[in-house]
Amino acid sequence: MKVAVCVKQIPDPASDYSLDPATHNLVRPAEQVLDDTDRYGVEMALQIAEQHEGSVTLVSMGPSGNLQGIRQALAMGADKAVLVDDEELKGSDSLTTAKVLAAAIAREEYDLVIAGTESTDGYSGIVPQQVAALLGIPSLTYATQVDTDGSSVSIRRQTAAGYDEVSASTPVLVSVTAGVVEPRYPTFKGIMQAKQKPVDTVTAGDLGVEASPGQAIRSVQPAPAREAGEKVVDEGEAHLQVVAALEQAKVV
Amino acid sequence: MREPDEHRLFRRTVAEFVANEITPHVAEWDEAEEFPRDLYRKAGELGLFGIGFAEEHGGLGTHDALLLAIVAEELAQCGAGGIPASLFSNYIGAPPIQAAGTPETQAEILPRMLSGDAVCALAITEPGGGSDVANLSTTAVADGDVYIVNGQKTFITSGMRADYVTTAVRTGDDGAAGLSLLVVPTDLPGFSTTPLQKMGWWASDTATLYFDDVAVPKRYLLGEEGQGFGLIMLNFNHERLFMIAGMVGGSRLLFDEALDWARERETFGRPLATRQVVRHKLVEMDRRINATRAWMAELIDRVDAGEAPVAQLAECKVQASRTLEFCAREASQILGGASYLRGNPVERLYREVRVNAIGGGSEEIMIDLAARQLGI
Ligand SMILES: Cc1cc2nc3c(=O)[nH]c(=O)nc-3n(C[C@H](O)[C@H](O)[C@H](O)COP(=O)(O)OP(=O)(O)OC[C@H]3O[C@@H](n4cnc5c(N)ncnc54)[C@H](O)[C@@H]3O)c2cc1C
Ligand SMILES: Cc1cc2nc3c(=O)[nH]c(=O)nc-3n(C[C@H](O)[C@H](O)[C@H](O)COP(=O)(O)OP(=O)(O)OC[C@H]3O[C@@H](n4cnc5c(N)ncnc54)[C@H](O)[C@@H]3O)c2cc1C
Repeated sequence: MKVAVCVKQIPDPASDYSLDPATHNLVRPAEQVLDDTDRYGVEMALQIAEQHEGSVTLVSMGPSGNLQGIRQALAMGADKAVLVDDEELKGSDSLTTAKVLAAAIAREEYDLVIAGTESTDGYSGIVPQQVAALLGIPSLTYATQVDTDGSSVSIRRQTAAGYDEVSASTPVLVSVTAGVVEPRYPTFKGIMQAKQKPVDTVTAGDLGVEASPGQAIRSVQPAPAREAGEKVVDEGEAHLQVVAALEQAKVV
Repeated sequence: MREPDEHRLFRRTVAEFVANEITPHVAEWDEAEEFPRDLYRKAGELGLFGIGFAEEHGGLGTHDALLLAIVAEELAQCGAGGIPASLFSNYIGAPPIQAAGTPETQAEILPRMLSGDAVCALAITEPGGGSDVANLSTTAVADGDVYIVNGQKTFITSGMRADYVTTAVRTGDDGAAGLSLLVVPTDLPGFSTTPLQKMGWWASDTATLYFDDVAVPKRYLLGEEGQGFGLIMLNFNHERLFMIAGMVGGSRLLFDEALDWARERETFGRPLATRQVVRHKLVEMDRRINATRAWMAELIDRVDAGEAPVAQLAECKVQASRTLEFCAREASQILGGASYLRGNPVERLYREVRVNAIGGGSEEIMIDLAARQLGI
């Protein structure tokens, strides 16, 4: 089975960040990491490719930097990567991103496309569905478990009440939630091998996609400071006040 | 000095492995004076034991002092030195097997050590003394196809768990020239162990080993009779390097713990970190750690270039244990009473200072070695 996985390189969430004063986009350092969310997708793809004699191709859009994030996924075991790096795409909205990713995937042979549910930095959570629509294939979203016999794929989709079982025949896109599988750690050998694996860097023009970000950020305001919470002093009735507050907030 | 991309990526991986698989459990494991044997397998899967071992056995194929130091530095971040100490008994017990074992012995032991299925230990120290390696008294007497081993070893890390103990034995006359290294499989009759309770490194098993007429097949001899002392000394350079890296990592953890606390804790209406006395303590810690780490980086570079800077490694080990000692004290002062409570990493590391200043060559022995090397 040929699997394409959408992976995003993001700035290390543990390090400081800044915004470009002109574009209000995040300044992306040369050294980025593989988005944690996408590790699950890579692991899922590797397991499926191992079970069904397949291959795993990474598809990514964003500034290449020193490729550390992509190498991380290659070191886990993916076979190759296609990276769309185009200055013109800077600040792309999710639809543009989806168009670019779909065009990059369409150039590959694939039976299955895997994505995360929501990136750590952009977290619009709609890119995967858009990619599926643009490719004209079904999408099975929010998978907490994925099974395939090679020609059809079924998933458990997490719901508020439990889960739904949904299936479709290939080609199909699946978005996986964190915890769907336990991602492996790349070994040093894997890291050394990753250096030799092909990374095909292309532009929007190479894919025949119009490079326009689709959105512009006009201004950025700091989030309002958190207001101090309400203190409940317990004089025997505090639990009732807490329940009332929770009901008012419509969380229970 | 900037680490190569691949090394940085592996550093990140090891850091994640430590944060996910080790750190959440250290308080429990330390109190239990044991950690699950499965951790060896997990570490083996990640390739943590492969540095300096041949590819045919599953190793990386090359030595890489930087990689070894990275692993030691990151493992130290778990805040319980007994765990890396135990895992790393492989890195003192097995390198002599790689260096001088017969192909048969290597094939039997190394692949299983690398995968985490077998544990190796190194036994040099005896109840009669550890510093004076040349005068140890455990004997191995040739008898047909076997050596008959008699004697005791003590303070042996992983002594209870080890499947193979690389043992320093006397096969010849008095002095260094009469020493050999012999691998003793621990399932042989006549071999027994008792655990030791310690000030620190609780999670690490440390044992006294008894050899009562243990018949060890001759194929387990490493190199030739009389080569033991040379092999032991060869081993020390890498051991010292990863001990230095572990101490640098531990010192950094102490600094981080102290800094977090100093920022959070308020006394007399202000955070501790706003007090000059406390700020200076923190900078003094940072200064010593940076100096030690920079020196370590230089030594790593030289070792990876094929040099054996024996005197400097010995000096740097002292520098590292003094830095750890200083940082443990200052971190404890900054945390106050909290650093005296069990389960706090500062409390744990404080108890680990001594073994770092004594094991793997004590400070006095390191300084004396450096003096001799420098022709003083
Ligand atoms: C030069 C350049 C600079 C960029 N700078 C930024 C930036 O500062 N911040 C930012 O968030 N994005 C940046 N991007 C990427 C792009 O704009 C976002 O990826 C896009 O808006 C997707 O939205 P999302 O992250 O909300 O996706 P979501 O819908 O939340 O993501 C869900 C899943 O879709 C897949 N996916 C999403 N985006 C990508 C991608 N780019 N490549 C591969 N798979 C993907 C992943 O599997 C992910 O788990 C940049 C792109 C370029 C070319
Ligand atoms: C937790 C732990 C784990 C250990 N693990 C191992 C292991 O896995 N394998 C192993 O073989 N050993 C191990 N050791 C033993 C360790 O290497 C020895 O403790 C160390 O070498 C010192 O030997 P000793 O304790 O016999 O002290 P001694 O040699 O008796 O020395 C006592 C003191 O005198 C000082 N001294 C000795 N000679 C001189 C001199 N000429 N001039 C000035 N001062 C001197 C020493 O510095 C030391 O402070 C471990 C020790 C500990 C505590």
